[in-house]
Parts: sequence; structure tokens; C-alpha cells
Amino acid sequence: MKRYDLIIVGAGPAGLSASIEAAKRGLSVAIFDENSRPGGQLFKQVHKFFGSKEHKAKIRGFRIGDELLSAANALGVDVVLNAIVIGIYQNKEVVVNIDDEIVHYKGDTVIVATGASENMINFRGWTLPGVIGAGAAQTMMNLHGIKPGERVLMLGSGNVGLVVSYQLLQAGCEVVAVVDAAPRIGGYGVHAAKVARTGVPFYLSHTIIKAVGDKYVTGVEIGEVDKEWKIIKGTEKYFNVDTICLAVGLSPMSQLLQMAGCDIVEDPKRGGTVPVCNHYGETSIKGIYVAGDVSGIEEASSAMIEGRIAGIAASYYLGYIEEDELIKEAYEQEKSLEKLRQGMFAPENKGKEILKTDEGYDVSISLLRNGYLDEREVDKYPGVKRTKGVHPVIECSQNIPCNPCQDSCPKNCIKIGQDITALPIFDDTTTCIGCGMCVASCSGQAIFLIDNDREKEYSYVTIPYEFLPLPEVGSKGDALDRSGAVVCEAEVVEVKSIKAYDKTHLVTIKIPKEMSLSTRFFKQLKEVY
Amino acid sequence: MGKINERTRDLGHFLEMADDDIIICRCEEVTKGEIRRAVHEGMFTLQEVRKFLRTGMGLCQGQTCGKLVKGIIARELNISPNELESSTGRAPMRPVEMQVMANERKEG
Amino acid sequence: MRIIEHPILGELKKEKKVTFTVDDKVIEGHAGEPIAVALRAAGLMVHRHTKNGSPRGIFCAIGRCTDCVMVVNGKPNVRTCVTPLEEGMVIRTQYGVSPKPLT
Repeated sequence: MKRYDLIIVGAGPAGLSASIEAAKRGLSVAIFDENSRPGGQLFKQVHKFFGSKEHKAKIRGFRIGDELLSAANALGVDVVLNAIVIGIYQNKEVVVNIDDEIVHYKGDTVIVATGASENMINFRGWTLPGVIGAGAAQTMMNLHGIKPGERVLMLGSGNVGLVVSYQLLQAGCEVVAVVDAAPRIGGYGVHAAKVARTGVPFYLSHTIIKAVGDKYVTGVEIGEVDKEWKIIKGTEKYFNVDTICLAVGLSPMSQLLQMAGCDIVEDPKRGGTVPVCNHYGETSIKGIYVAGDVSGIEEASSAMIEGRIAGIAASYYLGYIEEDELIKEAYEQEKSLEKLRQGMFAPENKGKEILKTDEGYDVSISLLRNGYLDEREVDKYPGVKRTKGVHPVIECSQNIPCNPCQDSCPKNCIKIGQDITALPIFDDTTTCIGCGMCVASCSGQAIFLIDNDREKEYSYVTIPYEFLPLPEVGSKGDALDRSGAVVCEAEVVEVKSIKAYDKTHLVTIKIPKEMSLSTRFFKQLKEVY
Repeated sequence: MGKINERTRDLGHFLEMADDDIIICRCEEVTKGEIRRAVHEGMFTLQEVRKFLRTGMGLCQGQTCGKLVKGIIARELNISPNELESSTGRAPMRPVEMQVMANERKEG
Repeated sequence: MRIIEHPILGELKKEKKVTFTVDDKVIEGHAGEPIAVALRAAGLMVHRHTKNGSPRGIFCAIGRCTDCVMVVNGKPNVRTCVTPLEEGMVIRTQYGVSPKPLT
């Protein structure tokens, strides 16, 4: 039986990060992953991550995946794909199904980083072809280059539902609606705003009544729910769709840990059945650790840090490092992890209704109910101030750990400070040079450049744009407001795409001056794609 | 725990519901009504329902329906799903063909 | 259905084109991509019928739910979303666990 110092189950962000920390310190490491590609969910994430520089903010998920994989390979980690761990037995014996063989391995330590699986929701017709999980949509679009369908309804307004809705638009699909039975959008407001401004309506307090179709989905009926989750008569709405996407939450895949005999607990704040573990990720069985979503549903950024901590802890357990290194290194990582666990969407705030930001501003009800800020409330946030000449307008209204905008400005116009959950402040005593780096660096696409002074009757609004085809300079189209409603005609005056923007193109449109507070998106008149 | 073990607990009459015909276990095509009826007939745990109705015993081995079945049983018993014991975690974690299970590699 | 150019990922590299049959109909796809992807590109939504006759297709797309299984080269229960396409594959819609409709 082949022996490894460390066997890791799952080659996602947590598993890969753990392998790097352990291999760096001299351990022999093998990672087994049941998929044919490593990286877990990372390679399906085409959006830019949040957090700060240490958390890989403003870098797209799949690029982070590439980095981790290269580092692991360079350190000699054995990444074995198409390898299904079917059991963890006593003495940390790991049994793996590779091709059509059963192979036994011995790990002196084991880290389980198996991630999470998608929750299910059932409604009449949910077994019809055309009903797919949100993960399935991502896999099809971003790994295999195929649209899951032409017209999609998204059920679920958590971050997964919002992010995948945007990705569906990027892939060229039409998203007819985002539906959620909850009264408030569950994910980040900025993720919803990106989708809403293209014209996708949000139906909160609604659920799916049934999927319609004979052999496959041809339509869907939704309806509003009352406090007892019963459909309110007369609120039924029908949409012609060929795809219904389910994004109704994730549950940790902790069965291997149950089998291994680790103490398990039900924790709704962490997503379900999770192992009991200490701050190093060590379970009730010495030498077996957990990292990532399997120990509690969070983000990829948290998973990477937890992976590092577990890798360092395993190294100490086997005597490869001294206790003072463990304490020092783990402390650094934990500090970094704590920074992510702050703000409105912190794990401890799950389920809580937060009405004011830390600074005392009202959290926008319009954003929570409809997916977009109300125009009349926008200028009370510290990122929105009218000044002369070109200047950024930062429509960031929720406390989320994120600060790439601050780092991106060469003129120090944007200030967040030490606490990265603080709302960004536009310092109107500075002089903006209109370089657009803030617009491109904002992972939430919540920053715009406005210039009301270049021309007498017109304003210039620069928006982040991540769709194809790219508008051409001189082309005409419609200016849309935050809700996706057409407000006026617009002409494209500049399209800027530089490497530093990493595919977030900057499109500057010319609109009547009185529309500068409303205009937040552009729709071309002619569909060339 | 005590509540579930009270097998003599009267759950009342079985009330048919409009969505009883919706399929819960996709692989074995077990409906919500069948699961609810099983609970009323005295099957109070995931294990029992699984052995009786084959929920979670099909090709996907319960990966899709697990949480749903748990919720339905819990609702029928008027308890929180957390009070139900999860299905026993047992190898193999994923469906494996018998000929593969028997094919153990000799060297490690 | 295929995405020609993605705004972030650009052009997705695919292997060479291959042909295969589904219920004797000739379909084109790319070598190495999941069978299910080639089927979706060809507009095929129904992969199998359950023992009660219900149509099923892609659901999870990562090989876990087993709803997309079909009979591939005579072998049933093959998960088409994780099985790479090969030239000349003979695929049949699965009915229960066999390729022929149940009488």
C-alpha cells in the first residue's frame, strides 16, 4: 500500500492550497479528485473575486485556479484525477477507485476538502429535461463552451444564482427572470445590480408553480407566495423558457467524514451537516482535517485560507515544522480569514436582517427587493458625489470585504481604509484623471465615470462592459437605467480595452446631461452576434 | 431523540395533499405521497424509509434526493430535520460496479 | 448552442470533429468533449426514459445525478456528461436499463 505524508481528498481551492503549504514544508502529498479536471469550482468562475490583494481580489476565479495548479505541480504534489475516494477507514487508510481498479493508500494525515453539493427543490415538472442545477449551467458554459439553453429562468437569488445569471447573459442566453421565495435578495447587491441593469426582472416572494412541457421544458409558471408559502391567486405569471436553473443553496459533502468516524454536528449557519473541528481544521480524529466548503459554506477565498491552515497544521502534526512556526503561520492565515468574515454577509450574520451599514447609512430596500438602487437614494452613499470634470461614481452600498478600487486609483481618489468592509468614499478634493482603472477593478462593476463638463448639453458616462459584441465607437443605442429601462438614446464615443482591465472593457457613451444620474448601461441597437 | 422512538405516537389521519404526486427520488421515482404514507405507517427514520421505498438506493445512491427525503419525513413527524439521524455513511461513497470492487490493485 | 467566442474566456479550444450515431442518426461533435455536450449542440434534450416512461436529460452535468445516462456502445448507465466523446460511438436512448422501448 503506497504511503503519503498527506492525502487530500478534493483538488479544489482548499485542497490545492493545502497541498502547496504541505509540499513546501517537505511532505509527500497526493490529492485525489473524482473529476477529470482539477480546481473544483474555480475553473467555472469567470468573474473577478472580492476581498483584498491578499485574497486575490479582482482576479478571475479560473486564473486563480491556474496559479494554484501550477504551484502544486511545481512542488511535486501528485494530483490524481478521475480518482474517486470511496472510503476512509481506520488508521487513515484511503480507498480510491481509479479507472476500473480499487487502490488502497495510507495517509499519515488526511485533509478532506470535498466541497459542497447543490440543494434540490421540487416542483411539478422538475424532472423534465431543461431543468438543471446552476452548477450545471456553469459547467456547460464555462468548461464546455455550450449554452445550456436560449431562454432561462433562474430560481435563487443567492450569490450563486446572481453570478450564474450574469454568466448566462455573457454566454449569450436570455435570462427572463430571477425568482426567489424569500422577500429579499440573498446575495451581494452589486451582483444583482449587474444583472438588473441589463433588464432582467427580479421576482422576490415568488416561487415556481410548475415547469411545463411534454418531453422537455417549454415554459414555466411562477406565483407570489404568502406568509404560509401558499400561492396567492391571481399572481401567476407564465414565461416561455427552455431552461430552468436551480440555485437554491449548497450543502457540505461530509459523508466521508461521517464514515471515518468524525464527530458531526448540524449547523444551519454553516450549511448543514458539518464535522466538528478546531481552528486548525482538525476534526475529532487526530490527523484528519477539513478545509473549504465541507466544513461550512463560504467562498473560494475562505476555502483557500482554510486549506493553507490545514496544510500547515498537518505539517506540524507530522513534525515537519516546530510549534512556533505553526502558531505564527496559522495566526497570519487566521487574521486574513477574519477579514473575509466581516460585513453584511459574514457567516455570523446569516439570516439576520441588516437595515443599516456600519457607518449608519440605510441599506437600500430597493436593492434588496428589486436588485437595483433607487436613483433618489444613490447620492447619500459616500462614493457618490457630484464634482467638476470627470470623476468616479461608486455605487457601493453594502459592507462587503472588498477594496481593489482603493488600490487601483493612481490619484488616491477612493478611500476605504484599514477595515476593508467600509463603504468606499470618493474624496472630492482629489483630481480624477479619468484613467478608468477603478471602473475595471471593481469586481462588483459598481463604479462609473461621469463627466458633466466636457460638453454643454451632454454628459459622458463610462460603464464597465463584459459582453460581446463590443460596441463600436460612433454606434448608437439605448441608455438604460439601473432597472434596465430605456431612458434615452446614447452614442458610443470611446471603447477602451487594455490588458490591465482584464476583459472589463470601458464603454463611454454620450447622453443628454439630465440623464447622467440615471444612465448605467448601454444596449446596442443592432444585434450583430 | 425520545420523540422519534415513541412508535406509538399518533400522527393523526393521513391527509392527502395536492403535491403528493411529485417525484422526490428521481432515480427510483418515489413520490412525496409515498414517503409521507410510509411515515404514517410507522417508518420514522431515513433508514427504514430507504429500505422500504428504495429512496436513495437507485443509480445516484441518494446524492440528489437525500436532503429532500429528510425534510419530508421531518415535516410529517412535525420535528426539525436536524433531529433525524442521517443515513449511515458507508463505503462506497459513489456508485461502483461490482467487477471494479473486486478488482483490487496488488501493489500500492 | 455552441459559444463561438466568450467575452471572458475567448475562443474555447476544441479537439477535432468526429461523428457518432444516436439511435442511428449521425451527429457531429468534438473528440474528448462530454457526449452530453455534443447532444445538446445537436438539439437533443431527452437522454433516457425512466422505467415509468418519464423523459430525462442533463440535470447536474457533473456525473452525480445519473439522469443523463444512455446506452453507449452497448453498455447502459453510461453518464454522458462526464464520458468523453469518441469517433464512431454508437449511442442509444436508454429505456429503463435497456436500449429498446419497454413493451
